[in-house]
Amino acid sequence: MNEPGRGWTDERVEQLLGNLLRYGVILAAAVVLVGGILYLVQDAAAVPDYEQFRGEPRQMRTPGGIVAEALQLHGRGVIQLGLLLLIAVPVARVAFSAIAFALTKDRVYVVLTLIVLAVLLFSLLGG
Amino acid sequence: MNTLEFTLVIWAGAVAAGLVGSLTGLGGGVVIVPLLVALHVDMRYAIGAALVSVIATSSGAAAAYVKEGYSNIRVGMFLELATTLGAVSGAFLATDVIKSTGTLAVIFGVVLLFSAYLSLRPRPDRTGADAPDPLARWLRLDGSYPTPEGPRGYHVRGVPWGFGLMYVAGILSGLLGIGSGALKVLAMDQVMRIPFKVSTTTSNFMIGVTAAASAGLYLRRGYIDPALAMPVVLGVLLGAALGTRVLARARTGVLRLIFSAVIVALALQMIYNGLAGRQ
Repeated sequence: MNEPGRGWTDERVEQLLGNLLRYGVILAAAVVLVGGILYLVQDAAAVPDYEQFRGEPRQMRTPGGIVAEALQLHGRGVIQLGLLLLIAVPVARVAFSAIAFALTKDRVYVVLTLIVLAVLLFSLLGG
Repeated sequence: MNTLEFTLVIWAGAVAAGLVGSLTGLGGGVVIVPLLVALHVDMRYAIGAALVSVIATSSGAAAAYVKEGYSNIRVGMFLELATTLGAVSGAFLATDVIKSTGTLAVIFGVVLLFSAYLSLRPRPDRTGADAPDPLARWLRLDGSYPTPEGPRGYHVRGVPWGFGLMYVAGILSGLLGIGSGALKVLAMDQVMRIPFKVSTTTSNFMIGVTAAASAGLYLRRGYIDPALAMPVVLGVLLGAALGTRVLARARTGVLRLIFSAVIVALALQMIYNGLAGRQ
């Protein structure tokens, strides 16, 4: 398909999307692994108990709190940062799709994609 | 068990879950939840950990398929509108409405049985001889996919029904922490008449975005525990990668049958425990 937008063909977009997904997952998994090692070193003596649901502490629930915990190199905080990155991979993919659809002047899909992006951001940040 | 032992047990279980999920085509999420519950993990923590592992495997697999040109990105994007709205609804249902984990366990078991049935059904391949549909044409959903004889085109049908079924798939994904791949494929393959290979790869493409839509909410409600999710994510990723290798090499008919029996057993156990109030 030859469409306006300087070579932004569907095939090119698909290639870039594929790379974004792959490297995003690899990066997130690497951060989770590093955090996991830190956690196992720091909390080796603790006895895990997940039988009772208590919910995570406040600082592990928001992007700002998670980054602050990770910067102090707390194992749990670094893992949570990796998980946050993992959740961000599909969000980044949708944002990238919106730009790609805008470059091909596909108005219907720009609107559709932006609504999906709004739903994702609402889930992560608002409400 | 201390932290290291517990982490290793969960990790080994997650590798197995990723392998079984990949070989049956059901995804790691539906296997890891019953497994964690059997290891005395509260179902809410189990769902949170499963969701992030679903994002990891789906995005990893989608990367390969998108490059091969099977996924229909427009179909995926359009239907993601339905699945993300459904996923947020499902997450609200799970965190604010259905307080009983027993009820969740029973719903989980029933959905798992239904998914196993869907994935085992024989599926005749479509010839792609359907007539064009005006709504699908306006949305430019029609596409083509690579075959040994060159690209083959297809027309997409049943857009409103497919969209509705995708909303339901989204709800189940958000409610139970699973990818809902079986239901997504049903909507595309049976209702929208999209070729099977395109349906499965596009479903994989959509699962990550669907799961992310509810994972954000679960994170903010404190359902995602890093120490539990870490071995789950790393294990399921490894298991799924191993499963893809096995699929490429071995005749998997018998394996699929054995693992499907495992899935049915897990489903019945979830239903029993849910009804007996053990979870």
